[in-house]
Order: sequence, then structure tokens, then C-alpha cells
Amino acid sequence: MDVKLINPFIDATIFVLETMAFIKVTPGKPYVKQDNLAVGDVTGIIGLTGIANGTIAVTFEEKCILTIVSNMLGEPMDTLNDDISDAVGELTNMISGQARKGLEQMGKVFKAAIPSVVTGKNHSIRHYSDGPKIAIPFNTDGGDFTIEVCFER
Amino acid sequence: MDTSIKILIVDDFATMRRILKNILKQLGFKNLVEADDGTTAWDVLENQEIDLIISDWNMPKMTGLELLKKVRADSRYVKKPFLMVTAEAQKQNVIEAVQAGVSNYVVKPFTAEAISDKLEKILR
Repeated sequence: MDVKLINPFIDATIFVLETMAFIKVTPGKPYVKQDNLAVGDVTGIIGLTGIANGTIAVTFEEKCILTIVSNMLGEPMDTLNDDISDAVGELTNMISGQARKGLEQMGKVFKAAIPSVVTGKNHSIRHYSDGPKIAIPFNTDGGDFTIEVCFER
Repeated sequence: MDTSIKILIVDDFATMRRILKNILKQLGFKNLVEADDGTTAWDVLENQEIDLIISDWNMPKMTGLELLKKVRADSRYVKKPFLMVTAEAQKQNVIEAVQAGVSNYVVKPFTAEAISDKLEKILR
């Protein structure tokens, strides 16, 4: 996978969370993830099709996503419930949209499916293709989250 | 802006409907109804006096673009203000929406100011 394809996902993630949740987001060093175990407690996954097929997953620690959704809705959230799952789906959708806009500027056009969300400790993230899974950790004042990008070889 | 108008908010994500409702209420709009896909939105449109539609694009059953085309194909709604608020940010998406007759277009993520600006343009 071309590492240049990762930057639009990093930029999109920062822009979406800073705009919708008013939260400062700091990216860490990307790495190749070897297993399917989610780093976070709730994960949004969305399929992409285009010049290559792949998936993006956005997985949040509980404390992190509760802070983010509280900021988005302007009301305190204290438990992982359907509201949180819904918000994770929409955040995944927005990150996908912004990343695809960035990729389009590189001449690479993708379409996205409707996201799905998985919640629970130690759940698995199943990417739709067998390519390398590039994980990018992010830090916020409210906790950590990670995005995973995986495109077919 | 006339804040007494009735606005239909269409999005399959309840979170986004809540965010839009919060913004619209801050702008003074109180007459707000919701639908979670294009099919339900059409039913609302057929049964209630709606002044403005704010719709997502990517939804199950009937997408926002399909809803827009259906609205514009009906002589009763051909001039109905229609604001697309969507994560679909690629040029081709905007072109398709404009060709289908969208009144204005907001890309998610957005600020409250962006929504306010677009509504000012549509409703003046």
C-alpha cells in the first residue's frame, strides 16, 4: 500500500473531530497491525470501492468516545449505548467522506458503503480485504483512539 | 430569516439529526420534523406542510439524491428549498446534486455558521 494514501485519512480524522467535537487530536506513529483484535471498545467500519477495494475502521476507547459524543451533542454521555454507536457510525462516515475528498485530489476516486458499528471489550475488526492493516493511533485530552486502513494488495 | 417555517431533517443517523436540531433551535427555528431515510421523508412531505428540506445523501431505502430527484419531478415541490448536508464531498457528488436541482450543499463536518450561512442564502 502506498503510504501517501494514509495522509488523507490522518487529515480527515483531525478535521472531523476538531470541527464536530471541538477536541484537539494528535496523531501518533503509524504501524502495521498484525491481529484482528480491536484496540478500542467501540469501532466503526466502512467499506470503500474504487481503484482498490478496502476498509477503514475507527476504534475508540470508552472514555474517549464518551468525551467526543458529549461534546458533539452538548450533553453528558456516561455509557456505551445506542447513541454512542450511532455517533461512531456518523463519525466514521464523515472521516471516510473527508478522506475520499483528499484522495480525489490525488486522482484516486472511491465510493463508500454505509458504516457498521461493533461495541464491546476485545471485539474483532474484520477488514474486507487481505492487505496490510495500517494503524494510526491518535491521542486526545479525553483518551485515545486508532484508525485502521486496509486495502487489497 | 423567517424562523417560523417548518423544516424536515432527513438523516439515517440520529446523532446528526440531533446536531442539526440543536443548531436550528439556536438559530430560532422551532418547527422541526425528522425522517431517517428518503422514503419516510417523502411520506412526511405528502402529509405535512414542509417549507424546507435538509437531507443527508447516503441513506438506506431511498438516498438523499433519489429524494431530491423525486421532489423536483413533482410539480407541487419543484421549488421546495432543499439543502443537502452530506459527507459526500467529491466534485462529482456536488455536480450530481446541482444537476438534480439542489438549493445548496453543505459538506460534513460543518460548523453552525456554515448551516446558518446556507440557510440565509436559501431563505432570503
